Amino acid sequence: MNAQETSFQDNGQPLVQIRDLSKTFVLGASIIKRVLGRKPEYLRAVHKVNLDIYRSEALGLVGESGCGKTTLGRCLLRLYEPDEGQVLFDGQNFLAVEGAALRHMRSKVQVIFQDPYSSLNPRQKVNQALGEACLVHGICTPKEVQERVGYLLNTVGLGPDVSDRYPHELSGGQRQRIALARALAVEPEFIVADEPVSALDVSIQAQVVNLLMELQEQLNLTMLFITHDLRLVHYVSHRVAVMYLGSIVELGQSEGLFNNPLHPYSRALLAALPKIDPRDRAKVAAIQGEPPSPINIPTGCSFHPRCPIAVDQCHVDDPQLRQVGDGRLVACHLIHWGSL
Amino acid sequence: MTDPILQVENLKTYFYVQDGIIKAVDGISFSLAPGEVLGLVGESGSGKSMTCRSIMRVVPLPGRIVEGHIYYRGQDIMTWPESQMPSFRGSEISMILQEPMTALNPVLTVGEQIVETILQHENVSRGEAQVRAGELMQLVGIPSSERRLQEYPHQFSGGMRQRAMIAIALSCRPQVLLADEPTTALDVTIQDQIIRLVQGLQEELGMSVIWVTHDMGVVAQLCRRVAVMYAGRIVELAKVIELFENSRHPYTHGLMESIPTSVSREGRLVPIPGQPPNLLNLAPGCPFEPRCRYSVEECRTVDIPLRPVSREHFSACIRFEEIWH
Repeated sequence: MNAQETSFQDNGQPLVQIRDLSKTFVLGASIIKRVLGRKPEYLRAVHKVNLDIYRSEALGLVGESGCGKTTLGRCLLRLYEPDEGQVLFDGQNFLAVEGAALRHMRSKVQVIFQDPYSSLNPRQKVNQALGEACLVHGICTPKEVQERVGYLLNTVGLGPDVSDRYPHELSGGQRQRIALARALAVEPEFIVADEPVSALDVSIQAQVVNLLMELQEQLNLTMLFITHDLRLVHYVSHRVAVMYLGSIVELGQSEGLFNNPLHPYSRALLAALPKIDPRDRAKVAAIQGEPPSPINIPTGCSFHPRCPIAVDQCHVDDPQLRQVGDGRLVACHLIHWGSL
Repeated sequence: MTDPILQVENLKTYFYVQDGIIKAVDGISFSLAPGEVLGLVGESGSGKSMTCRSIMRVVPLPGRIVEGHIYYRGQDIMTWPESQMPSFRGSEISMILQEPMTALNPVLTVGEQIVETILQHENVSRGEAQVRAGELMQLVGIPSSERRLQEYPHQFSGGMRQRAMIAIALSCRPQVLLADEPTTALDVTIQDQIIRLVQGLQEELGMSVIWVTHDMGVVAQLCRRVAVMYAGRIVELAKVIELFENSRHPYTHGLMESIPTSVSREGRLVPIPGQPPNLLNLAPGCPFEPRCRYSVEECRTVDIPLRPVSREHFSACIRFEEIWH
């Protein structure tokens, strides 16, 4: 695995550099509520995230619902405008570009969503959906569109017969393949895959995820793979970032992190995963309590109320993500002090 | 062996739609022993939920149970008049569902819903029912139960809603609990808590449980025996360790190979090719045949019943003897 690590970091400057990225949503700021004198609430979805994604790398982003992983992905796509921070794409600040330059950059950054029912236009046939993307971004001329659509369908393992169908005539797995073809149509360099197979059945999941990985390698794509599925993220990713309440708490090589998680939250998360071995059964739950609301984030380390090893300092000081050897980054006071 | 508490025989639940017949449950048989946890595994549309709904006799239209017997403590509930069912549901067999937000009433407090259930089934005063509701909330691990009884479902988190749902299901001390994917919508740490909760309650109260899921990990952790369903049929039935270590059906093998069990990028998953069959006017023969790597001519023509592999292990594969010998 170390060979692989160096190979990606040897690719030079990271393709995507996220610097101190934050996004807070304002809730309940409606006129009526303001007239009534209610103060708006703030939901801190992403808090000062720093992350580098190297060329050709699949970086997994894993965490429970509400941890901010989808918001982070959407900020990278500028589907949300972050409040603070920078996203450098190939060295250029993606958040600062506008107009034609933005459109050009958007063709380099594509997305696959969880639910292909709602991400594909129900009134567009497959060939229209794929063809339009190619034409808008000037990938091919109108004459070449049919050929290009055929090539894209072939790439995602579908026959030319589906090009004349509407999304509702396709199965979930086929639809997700179309969503993938749609993303690849504009020859992107970077793909944000947000729970791309979570809506599919297990047997179809394996087909689509294998396809995604093959294409990622063949086309040299860089990928941010967002999921709540720990087994899947282990399988797909070269490196993995674990997120909790808007912050990355641990980042490392997939193999190393899964075999030896360091942060107490990563440990709890992996211990809570039901083991696929009926001879190895647990009696008690790995971790008690539920994640606090992102509207009322605890002081200090946001994990301290659920942490089995928290000390006084954890209640007041927010730990920073720091290197602890072997390329692993962890945000935990006790690990930084070497007490673990 | 003790008599089963629940026995399902040749159950068929069909949906009559404009284009034909959908055989959602197509002739399944199994039994549930007292105090046993039976897993019902399969992908969407395999008929696991409809099996549970059939046992409760709450199959939605245009579906109906067309054939079969469901014996509860030796009595065939299929012969009972509908008027007898409401007192049966909840007090003898109870059910928890995947999405508690849709199963709970949004305009009643959680406390009112538990009290209502108890009053419906048992001859107790409102005061007694309220005390029981408080105890149930504690039993399922909802903190500050007195205050939370006064709250509405939307004030509960997903995990707490599922606990409230379990409290309602257990309020009349049922003998059998049907759990229809109760943890599928929950995060992994909360799922773990709910699994351990049901595990503890099941041992404490001696209930029998049918746990419907598509997650092999949950099955491995919770169940004594497992029935694997595909296209409305049970294709394999075995004790859990036997199923995981000594499966005798290609579909079960395919399912296991599709799960990334601590596989990294180096080792690729082996997906099951093709797609689950369309249940509308399904062709005769083994429903898994088009996706099966071992299929032969006979698989397409003969309807294959569950056959014994050993005393407590059954497979519906016509070739299991020659493939795994």
